[in-house]
Amino acid sequence: METRKGENTRMSKRQMTVVGGGLLGAAIAYGAARAGTSVRILDQGDSALRASRGNFGLVWVHGKGTTMPDYVQWSKEGLRLWPELQNELMELTGVDAGLQQPGGFWLGFDEKDVEARAVALDKINQDGGDVPFQMMDRAELRQYLPGLGDAVVGGSFCSLEGQANPLMLLRALHAALKAKGVDIISGVDIAKVEHDAATGTFVAIAKDGQRWKSDRLVLAAGLGNATLAPQVGLLAPIKPTRGQVLITERLKPFLDYPTNKCRQTKEGTVQLGSTAEDVGYDDGTSADKIEWLARRAVETFPVLGQARLVRAWGALRPLTPDGYPIYQESETCPGAFVVSSHSGVTLAASHCYVLGPWTSGLTQTPREFKSFRGERFLDPNASFSNGY
Amino acid sequence: MATDTFFSIPEPSAAGRVTITFEGEPLSVPAGISVAAALLAGGVKTFRSSVVGGGPRAPYCMMGVCFECLVEIDGVPARQSCLIPVREGMAIRRQIGAVELQFGAGEEA
Amino acid sequence: MNGDVTDLVVIGAGPAGLAAACEARALGLSVILLDEQTTIGGQIYRNIEAAPPDRREILGEDYAAGEKLAAEFRESGTDYRGGTSVWNVTTDGTVDYVAGHSATVTGRCVLMASGAMERPFPIKGWTLPGAMGAGAAQILLKGAGAMPSGPVVLAGCGPLLYLLAWQYLRAGAEIGAVVDTTDVAGYVRALPHAFGAIMGWRDLSKGLKLLATLKRSGVPVYSGASTLAIEGETAVEALTFKHRGKPVRLSASLVLLHQGVVPNTQLSLSTGLEHHWNSAQLCWQPVTDEWGRMGDSALYVAGDSRGIVGALASAAQGRLAALSIAKQLGAAADIAQRGTELKRQLAGHTRIRPFLDALYRPLTEHRVPPRDDVTVCRCEEVTAGQIRSYVDLGCLGPNQTKTFGRCGMGPCQGRFCGLTVTELIAEARGVDPEEVGHYRVRPPIKPVLLGDFVD
Repeated sequence: METRKGENTRMSKRQMTVVGGGLLGAAIAYGAARAGTSVRILDQGDSALRASRGNFGLVWVHGKGTTMPDYVQWSKEGLRLWPELQNELMELTGVDAGLQQPGGFWLGFDEKDVEARAVALDKINQDGGDVPFQMMDRAELRQYLPGLGDAVVGGSFCSLEGQANPLMLLRALHAALKAKGVDIISGVDIAKVEHDAATGTFVAIAKDGQRWKSDRLVLAAGLGNATLAPQVGLLAPIKPTRGQVLITERLKPFLDYPTNKCRQTKEGTVQLGSTAEDVGYDDGTSADKIEWLARRAVETFPVLGQARLVRAWGALRPLTPDGYPIYQESETCPGAFVVSSHSGVTLAASHCYVLGPWTSGLTQTPREFKSFRGERFLDPNASFSNGY
Repeated sequence: MATDTFFSIPEPSAAGRVTITFEGEPLSVPAGISVAAALLAGGVKTFRSSVVGGGPRAPYCMMGVCFECLVEIDGVPARQSCLIPVREGMAIRRQIGAVELQFGAGEEA
Repeated sequence: MNGDVTDLVVIGAGPAGLAAACEARALGLSVILLDEQTTIGGQIYRNIEAAPPDRREILGEDYAAGEKLAAEFRESGTDYRGGTSVWNVTTDGTVDYVAGHSATVTGRCVLMASGAMERPFPIKGWTLPGAMGAGAAQILLKGAGAMPSGPVVLAGCGPLLYLLAWQYLRAGAEIGAVVDTTDVAGYVRALPHAFGAIMGWRDLSKGLKLLATLKRSGVPVYSGASTLAIEGETAVEALTFKHRGKPVRLSASLVLLHQGVVPNTQLSLSTGLEHHWNSAQLCWQPVTDEWGRMGDSALYVAGDSRGIVGALASAAQGRLAALSIAKQLGAAADIAQRGTELKRQLAGHTRIRPFLDALYRPLTEHRVPPRDDVTVCRCEEVTAGQIRSYVDLGCLGPNQTKTFGRCGMGPCQGRFCGLTVTELIAEARGVDPEEVGHYRVRPPIKPVLLGDFVD
């Protein structure tokens, strides 16, 4: 991926509208703005269904992309670019997005799951993934994760993995947008987008009738992409999967590595995740899942029985049928882009440094994006599973 | 104007007294009162230090809302002392910063 | 987690909850009452069953009146479960709580009666040891007979502040000063409501009696004070304020702050059901019908957690809710006569309320800190200036400022910063608090040990 910091000095005077101020929209808008594009973001209000507020915060690759090698490379690139984004945001805004990349563990509670995990990771590398990983039994895991419970039978480790603070990342991006003079318009629900073929321009229309005209249009509206994308000749069959996550009071550091089940944040809180539920657009929490997550946390690390649960949340992952992203420019409405991904943290730096210039029209479509076209879901002979 | 304690309990208690310890020092206090009341009357001014800035904190609401009165009671950290009645022999310590999980023998095996 | 099933689950053992349980039991309903404290009475009748006679004498007859209700409750046959912490309530009546271990009860109806809390008083230095609520000090007096060891400064406004001063004087405590922030505008605001106050003359005369006692006592009273701040390094050293245009500094090691009480809405907010901003009482309150029912759910709210009404009116609301619940469950056919009587009582007890709300409306500067360095979120140490900077970044409401700066993420779960943050954002945006909205409160309503979920 050739588009890097400082290389996009060509100014684009044209106006871009980004629909959605979450992790995707903000990262792309910032990437576009720093490349010289004039950007406005249209964002919803305080009580929107914000997947960015519910992200678990892993910066992660191993185990991803078992059926799509291009996604493995795309995720690895995300991990590689992250430190640059962390530093750039820190320098520009003083906000620490919380990146730590000490490596991370996947933990299994069942021998069969662990065996299947080993097979899947092997396959990724047979397909050219080149993702370093190591399977470990419980005794070995405990050398890195003291206090690991007997319920964990084995796991895998990958040295590339890490974590960040999704909320601080979001704030840092918004502060960076402000610093770059991006126009952030909050509290609007975009109901409609239109393309005027004669002038090659777009109009985004809010529920209350407000209109914004632009030369470029980026749809980063999470679940909202499902209805917006077809209006500009794109396809984004996004459906919600609810994840509930628990979070403890601040604790003194006890967990040096992020795991797929729990991670300790820089502030000291421990996040415990997560469920995968098909409940439509309900982003609530439920007592049975809270109790299940709590019990599993104590099984994973019995010492967590001493920790207090302070918060729980539910959020809706905007998932495509196969779980991989959609990044595509419209052929019928050139200048309109759809971007959908539920890995807004892992891929934040790529969204900024690659998608920002690309949606600005400053770079060619990256080769691997052919795998990320929405039309793949139209194949009548294909079946999809997103792993949730 | 500074005094040794914020509060004192002048009246004799019909319910008798119990002995608790704070940071290892014994305190004789009326039975039936909350740990927070006992500590305030016993001259404790700082109950905990903030997990964020480390500054000293003491009870503010006395009714379970503010979580400023957190102390360690009998080895269990971060308990709301305003909601818990004193018991004979109770061992209380300041809650300094964030809670530290205690790894038991069985948990690291 | 199938637990007990009962006609009515009451949460809270203050006047509203106790009265509701008594009324419901009298109508033949089975009742389980959960309360966080280990003694009944809530905050207003705190320790009512065990307080010795001399302490009752000091606290006055309004406190002592709670004894009758407590006795009625003990006779009522309610399944009382004290020392329990409710962490989840659903709109269909399931209540999850912790008492050493997580347990569940299901009510065909649930009455939430979680009472009031003191309004936050976010000024410089309010997190220092030695700064606490006047209501907190009154709880210490009720529960432990504890009194200030040295000269205490009482600061702010509202009936509870004067009542505490009166109680301290009766008990022989030394009051260094009363710093009264009731402003002249308050009297002007209250004037249109004076008729209601006169109609509620019993309450009014009680209040005047307190003020007269205070005046006679010789305690220095600074009326119309503003711009309160607390000084100190590791504990309170002084209270500073403006009085008649001049700065005043009073040395003190204990400053009791108070500017009214507000509904403790954490439970009702957590249900996701509708709340609205009460612009007279400057707080959120649940939307209910006249009996206290929230929408068409199994949930009712009574007492101060539905809007500040005071102890006697809370009890009347509790009984009214119980009547409606009995009718809803088919246990009472005709509730009209009893309902009318209770509503008449309720009207009598609340007649003075608009007058009090208008007179003792806290100063804006003590609700919405003008100074950027004032701590708003005590748990996570987020300042007013930080909240304003997040609004500057485009945050429209408290859930966004929460994610940007952790304000409301600590163990108090936003109880102590919620109102301040909403009002701060409203002021910064120049819109009504109703438009800004409130925290989305989710379970657990109180922090729960993860180990409490393990068998």
